[in-house]
Amino acid sequence: MQMIYDDNWVLSVGTFLPMLGVLVLLITPKANEAAIKLVALITSIATVVVGAFTLFSFNFDKAGSMQFVAEAEWIPLIKSTYFIGVDGISLPLYLLSMVITLLVVIYSLDHVPSPGNPKAFFILMLILQTGMAGTFIAQDLILFFVFFELVLLPMFFMIGVWGGEQRQYASLKFFLYTMFGSALMLVAFLAIFFKTGAESFSIPYLVENGAGIAKNVQVWIFAGMFVGFAVKVPMFPFHTWLPDAHTQAPTQGSVILAAVLLKLGTYGFVRIAIPMLPDAALEWAPWIGGLAVIGIIYGALGCLAQTDMKRLIAFSSVAHMGFVMLGISTLTSFGVNAAVFGMVAHGLITGMLFFIAGSVKERYHTLEINKLGGLLTQAPRLGWILGLCTMASLGLPGLAGFWGEFPAILSAYNPADGLNVTVYRVYMVIAAIGTVLAAGYLLWLYQRTAFGTPKGGDHEEIHDVTTREWLAWVPMLVAIVVFGVVPNLLFSIIDPAVQETLRAFGG
Amino acid sequence: MTFSAAYAATYVAPTIDYHALAPEIVLAIGLTVVLLVDLFTTERNKWLLSVLTGFSLLGAVLPVLTLMLHDNSVRSLFDGRYVVDEFSLVMKGLFLLAGYVIVLLSSSHVEEGDYWRGEYWFLLLSSLLGMMMMASARDLVSVFVALEFLSIPAYMLAAWRKRDVKSNEAGVKYFLLGVFASAVMLYGMSLLYGVANSTLLIDIGKSIDLDGSFGAVQALAIVFVVVGFAFKVSAVPFHTWAPDTYEGAPTPVTAFLSVASKAAGFTALVVMVLTAFPEGRDVWQPFIWGLSALTMTVGNVFALRQTNFVRMIAYSSVSQGGFVLMPLAVAGGAAGESALRAVVVYLLVYAATNLGMFAVILAVSRKTRSGEISSLGGLFSYAPAMGVLLTLFLASLAGIPPLGGWIGKFSAFQALLTDATPWAYVLAIIGAVNSVIAFGYYGNIMREVWMRPVPHGDTTPMITPSSIQIALGITAVVTLLFGILPGVVLRFGEMAELLGAFGG
Repeated sequence: MQMIYDDNWVLSVGTFLPMLGVLVLLITPKANEAAIKLVALITSIATVVVGAFTLFSFNFDKAGSMQFVAEAEWIPLIKSTYFIGVDGISLPLYLLSMVITLLVVIYSLDHVPSPGNPKAFFILMLILQTGMAGTFIAQDLILFFVFFELVLLPMFFMIGVWGGEQRQYASLKFFLYTMFGSALMLVAFLAIFFKTGAESFSIPYLVENGAGIAKNVQVWIFAGMFVGFAVKVPMFPFHTWLPDAHTQAPTQGSVILAAVLLKLGTYGFVRIAIPMLPDAALEWAPWIGGLAVIGIIYGALGCLAQTDMKRLIAFSSVAHMGFVMLGISTLTSFGVNAAVFGMVAHGLITGMLFFIAGSVKERYHTLEINKLGGLLTQAPRLGWILGLCTMASLGLPGLAGFWGEFPAILSAYNPADGLNVTVYRVYMVIAAIGTVLAAGYLLWLYQRTAFGTPKGGDHEEIHDVTTREWLAWVPMLVAIVVFGVVPNLLFSIIDPAVQETLRAFGG
Repeated sequence: MTFSAAYAATYVAPTIDYHALAPEIVLAIGLTVVLLVDLFTTERNKWLLSVLTGFSLLGAVLPVLTLMLHDNSVRSLFDGRYVVDEFSLVMKGLFLLAGYVIVLLSSSHVEEGDYWRGEYWFLLLSSLLGMMMMASARDLVSVFVALEFLSIPAYMLAAWRKRDVKSNEAGVKYFLLGVFASAVMLYGMSLLYGVANSTLLIDIGKSIDLDGSFGAVQALAIVFVVVGFAFKVSAVPFHTWAPDTYEGAPTPVTAFLSVASKAAGFTALVVMVLTAFPEGRDVWQPFIWGLSALTMTVGNVFALRQTNFVRMIAYSSVSQGGFVLMPLAVAGGAAGESALRAVVVYLLVYAATNLGMFAVILAVSRKTRSGEISSLGGLFSYAPAMGVLLTLFLASLAGIPPLGGWIGKFSAFQALLTDATPWAYVLAIIGAVNSVIAFGYYGNIMREVWMRPVPHGDTTPMITPSSIQIALGITAVVTLLFGILPGVVLRFGEMAELLGAFGG
């Protein structure tokens, strides 16, 4: 893989800038809430500016190469270096994490959840941002692991302190599941390090040399990584933490979880597990595909049974990530392209849905679908935004969701050489049925919440979308439409990198 | 040197390398001064003693540093019975600095608690001197003397709160089981001497050879010696004293036992298995494998059930001991070097983190006057700095990057995977699963600190003595530094060929 070392300070600055904000926040007095919010806002705007600079100096003709590469000594004794870079797969996700954080900060300016304490809340959010961005740029397994773990504690506290009634249970469950996965993942990382001659933890190096490991060993190492990443995605049957975490988390936490954290898992498959262990990937792919379609159907059925709006959106994540994993499991560039697009689209759409759920909760003080209704008459703008997002989520052509879902299903028609075509075509049919179910539960949700007449409650206090909400939401809504109409904006960046990643499978 | 030769030769005074012995000498002078000053000062001036103790510890660090920087050669004294090498210097540095932090933690506790102050500092220094000797002892007799030297003052320190039944129980339990362990070990040592006809560890190592006459006696001797140290490091099933002793002893003493005393036990265990029985690995490797798996699992499972903070820490430190044993289970094979490094790194990181946690506990219990986990409720809301620090230390113990603990766990896993035998992989998986279980109770405390209401709504701010603040600062910085720049701590594990020093 080609490495381009130009402007190699850009990524480090973009990743660690939020930590500077954390330091400033630490010395800001707790009582001065205005100053705290200002610092958080400025930090996240500055981060996005650096991100924008990264985007504009990115060489799109060489989206398949690592760019802005920087390397520095870090832990020489275990041959791990501070080695970072982005290619076409990392870049969209890296920028997504920055933009989502900024929007969440904007939203939080007047929505700090109970019990308050914006200082701690914003500090955690900025630490999260560093962890998320770092994971997408790390080109060294140990560095990746450190960033991957860095997001755990802030999210644990965000759910546990600012969450709903069952927050303590949900936060611990989230943590234990993820930690179980990452413990086995670390063992797998060490195993691949030793099996490639204990030379380096560098991801490009391991991609180069991992294929030389004997197949039966590869299968075991892949198993360790699989557990680590699959918990994070989450794939059936490791998904049970997700509905609890999403439902209990504060709106901001849900948005970040859905928009970025889940992608750490799928990104791990695309960046690490599959290119490093191609033989094992071929062996595992049908199983991954199988779990993915089970997830699609299971998530959809789960949605149909939910009475809580937020929990329904959470289960829909299980189904959507199923499509992403199905695309990945085909091991074709077509499928992986769809998967990476799906990650970004799901981040935008489901993130938006959680924002709306938060705003609905704030207005109606409940998310019980039975008690909602008539959103379109009481808050028509909010109602229309919800409509747009449900349409995007069910994969309506012309909106971003379509380009993640449809090509993923299509790719299963023709999986990579060495995979059983019949099995994948069965998967394709099941996944297609999943889209019908998705349309079912999303339209049903929309019908029950937005149509009809308002039920009970004090009607006076229902106000429509506020300015701050517009500020936080418009960029996401625009992105959903733009990527839906011109998907090539993304595909043209992703594709060269995917081709590069899947070289071991003959394109 | 054989016995007959020693009799035949006329006595010649050995040449003594005073530079090599300087840390011990400084400490010996320090403890004498403390004892004398205590005799001739009035109650009002007893604060001098803690200052003197602190200075003698820092004073002893200086020669350790000069020895480290001087050259890399191994200084062997008294016919190789007392060796100052990189490994022993790193461990001595650890004992002295851990001792210094414990002095910081103890001073307000001892001042306010109506204790016998002079003796407290004297005994603390004596025990530390024993640990220093332990790090260098390479002979059965000196190992045993060092062990007793470090243990006996510790028994007394555990029972320091004279009028408290629990403290008495702590001391007696620790004493009885400790003496029992010494007896078992001594029996093993006598067998070793019988086999090797020498007390020098290297000679024993040469005589215990798998190809030669390796039999039941050798195996029994090895097992007995390992069992003796297993008591010291509270490995399951020899851990039963730990929870009661930790709970009953004064909290700074508990910190001392769970950090310094434990590290000393591991130092001796490492020296014994690598120097005296490198060829007996087929006996001690499986034995330590079993101890390690049991220790981390049982320690964890019991820790999950505790409601008392100190008891939970006791079980957690039992379980952490299992992680230190983990690399030792493969130390006899190809992974020897990385196993030794893992032990050293783990002990360094663990010392900083655990001491930090005890500092928080001491500070908080000054206000709450309780050892229950529930007394920590809402700590973050009224003492945010303390809450964050406790979270850092807990996360480090749980092994979450970017805090120090992860590099310790990482090194341990690395050693196991270097060995690359099926048993090593199995132990690595057991360790991975256990590190997750451990978060169950560490997370429980974090939950208490961040998410639960303050008991009795008592949110008056805490007053933390400056000595504890300094201790908190030192331990927090070290914990973070080790985590973000692991190269710093790994260097200590690498210093020279640690293993080469044992080869003799």
